Amino acid sequence: MSHLVILRIVSKFLIPFIFIFALYVQWHGDFGPGGGFQAGVIFSSGFILYALIFGVSLTRQAAPAWLTRAALAIGVLLYSGVGVAGMVMGGNFLSYSVLADEPTHGQHLGILLVELGVGITVAAAMITIFLTFAGKDR
Amino acid sequence: MIAHHLPILQIIIPLMSAPICLVLRHARIAWVLSLAVSWICLVISVSLLVKVLDGGAISYELGDWAAPWGIEYHIDTLNAFVLVIVTAVGAVVMLYAKASVEAEVPEERRYLFYTMLMLCLTGLLGITITGDAFNLFVFLEISSLSSYVLISMGRDRRALTAAYRYLILGTVGATFYIIGVGLMYMMTGTLNFADLATLIPSVADTRTIQVALGFLTVGLCLKLALFPLHMWLPNAYVYAPSAVTVFLASTATKVAVYALIRVIFTIFGAVDILDIVQVRNLLMTMAIIAMFFGSIVAIYQMNVKRMLAYSSIAQIGYMILGVSLDTLTGVAAGIIHLFNHAMMKGSLFMALGAVIYQIGSVHLDDMAGLGRKMPLTMAAFVVGGLSLIGVPLTVGFISKWYLIQAVLERGWWPIAIIIITTSLLAVIYVWRVVEIIYFRAPSGAAAVATEAPVSLVVPTWILIGATLYFGIDATTTLDVAIAAARALIGGGS
Repeated sequence: MSHLVILRIVSKFLIPFIFIFALYVQWHGDFGPGGGFQAGVIFSSGFILYALIFGVSLTRQAAPAWLTRAALAIGVLLYSGVGVAGMVMGGNFLSYSVLADEPTHGQHLGILLVELGVGITVAAAMITIFLTFAGKDR
Repeated sequence: MIAHHLPILQIIIPLMSAPICLVLRHARIAWVLSLAVSWICLVISVSLLVKVLDGGAISYELGDWAAPWGIEYHIDTLNAFVLVIVTAVGAVVMLYAKASVEAEVPEERRYLFYTMLMLCLTGLLGITITGDAFNLFVFLEISSLSSYVLISMGRDRRALTAAYRYLILGTVGATFYIIGVGLMYMMTGTLNFADLATLIPSVADTRTIQVALGFLTVGLCLKLALFPLHMWLPNAYVYAPSAVTVFLASTATKVAVYALIRVIFTIFGAVDILDIVQVRNLLMTMAIIAMFFGSIVAIYQMNVKRMLAYSSIAQIGYMILGVSLDTLTGVAAGIIHLFNHAMMKGSLFMALGAVIYQIGSVHLDDMAGLGRKMPLTMAAFVVGGLSLIGVPLTVGFISKWYLIQAVLERGWWPIAIIIITTSLLAVIYVWRVVEIIYFRAPSGAAAVATEAPVSLVVPTWILIGATLYFGIDATTTLDVAIAAARALIGGGS
């Protein structure tokens, strides 16, 4: 649909703001409503909008298969890595309080990192699902 | 310190190995990693079982959040036993997988195969280990989604429709389960099994809780393929890659049976739900129909894999029959059959996987005369078949002996006759195969077939060895099953 000027211009204008809003929702997650899942979906919607307007192959250049596949795995590993870090530092699995000197800081840090893991995996999963159904590549 | 963390290590080691397999993108390395992980899991589960038998139930609080609020892993004799079943089968299947997968899954998808197998293992272990109803749902989805993918990797294009059908029915089952959990949460405000068990009695008479029980039972019966909710099972087993069939047939339905036992005897343990509502009659009737239906349909199958799939439906009937008896011996018979059936069905499907590896088909006519061409594999098949029938010195005999004893304790001798009759039906379908593989001249691919490679024969015989060993000396498994049943019948865990 890249021949439609209005769609092309508006989407190019919107996509950066979608990403920024996604990051806002991501980092805001431990203060209020939001978090990794929502942020991941919003972030991927930027890619999906781009793919709708400019086509799958251009989008695949921006988000190649190896990258989304790695991101899928890294998110899960980040999440479980935080859990293991809690174990190594003397708590149970996913115990955030032991991650920093002060329990409150630890909880902050733990939630932030775990939500980042969720965000990365969800964004990568949404992009992968969309591009898989839209294009022929895997 | 490690000992304290064993319950969570049981889950996160396979969980973390899955994304690592995905990143490595190398079939051989993924296999080595999965093999190592599956054996580590076996060591962990055995040490957990030993620990539970010595010192009683173990509880592990995730994130240091105390039990009714946080997620708790709660391990008693029953789920420690099921963990050992799942990890033992997993470990042997990983030995078997390399050659079998190389023959059946394209090179570029093999690392994905191991990724999914590790996720499936994680899900099944998670269902078993958790003490939280919602957490169970999450693991149920992990294991289900990965098993759909695994089934769809079969060589035959019909694997896709088989996986899709399983996806639809499995999702319905999981949804029913979560609706049931939601209704229980509505009435009690808790998701923890132990907490639910104490709160359910005061609200057990409400319509909401009874509806919840209905949803939970139907949802889990779909996952465990109790007649008439078994429609997804035969095709899924037939078209999946051999290693997947072995793994799912020996673990997935067992874990679902475990979840049903949990719901009936732990969550609803204090209200003796089997006596109050018609659940017992329903389960028992369906179990008996399953025993007949599965065995009779199995007799008419020309595809031996499909024959065994229908035989699985019948065997699930035996497990549920034991559970529905609601006596110590009955539940113990159900629990021990989880183990016994996993061993014999695993070895039978492994033998068929070896046949597929050598001649590319498990159609009865194509298998003619294989008894002389593949003596070790076919001997394994015969021993496994004898165990299905319930011949003494095999595990099948132990299961049926205890089941009949439990039925007679109740004084319901017609059911004992039914058990013997369905065992005779098993004689027919096993004999059909034995006759063709031993007493008919080989033709086609079978005429030039040779014995399967060592890496397929050895795992098959490990499971056959277990079938014979625990059939001759069943003290260990029986003690564990009876201890688990006692903990359940004695008013929850």
